[in-house]
Amino acid sequence: MSLVSHFEQKEHVLLIRLVGELDHHEAGTLKVDWEHYLNAGGIQHVIVNLEDLTFMDSSGLGVFLGRYKQVKALGGEMVVCAIQKPVKRLFELSGLFKVIQTEATEIDALSRLGVAS
Amino acid sequence: MNNHMKVEMAAKSENESFARVVVASFISPLDPTMDELTEIKTVISEAVTNAIIHGYEDDDDGVVVLACSISNDDVTIMIQDYGRGIDNVQEAMEPMYTSKPELERSGMGFTIMENFMDQIDIHSSAGAGTTVTLVKRFNQNQQQIAK
Repeated sequence: MSLVSHFEQKEHVLLIRLVGELDHHEAGTLKVDWEHYLNAGGIQHVIVNLEDLTFMDSSGLGVFLGRYKQVKALGGEMVVCAIQKPVKRLFELSGLFKVIQTEATEIDALSRLGVAS
Repeated sequence: MNNHMKVEMAAKSENESFARVVVASFISPLDPTMDELTEIKTVISEAVTNAIIHGYEDDDDGVVVLACSISNDDVTIMIQDYGRGIDNVQEAMEPMYTSKPELERSGMGFTIMENFMDQIDIHSSAGAGTTVTLVKRFNQNQQQIAK
């Protein structure tokens, strides 16, 4: 199973929904697309909905860490929501939760960043 | 039960998901939990990715060997490449260490393998390649209850 990434801009927030499996093979494309949106301007914060991300390995962690640094440089926040157990364990192991915020649902994440859904 | 298998694949990133599926399917008779299955798939992904990126430095003429054996409730997985080898295995195993920071690697591969498996063994020699052997014991809880 491969990865499908949906990107959507809501006010100053980039909302990304990841569906499928995120490994080294998929990480390159995701990184390029994600950077493209961040570099286009008008975006400060990022929400990543992980409800349908069924698998991730350390290559995925690398992509999150890299984009976190970019978002931080923009003075923004990175929020992940609806994270599933397999992916959550990897976030915990890597210490990413120390810098990336987490919310139960996409609606919670949007309201945290002041976007009316 | 006892069983074993061995596959060879080109060092292409497309084969990372193939490798995960092959092993997940092979160990299914052990009736692994969702957590165990995730752990196995993650470590396979880490080791095969290492072979491709570090062992062969993305040269897809390289060959990755994946072998798996089941002995009672122990699963042993071997991932082998004939690539450049690891200069310093101890350093490579440090959490967050990566020899390729420019590729946005997290440096967590070996840490994940150590955490998700019961045993890890790495043999590497310069110019000859790397072999990672991983062992996981299944159904430990059931055995304890049976005793």
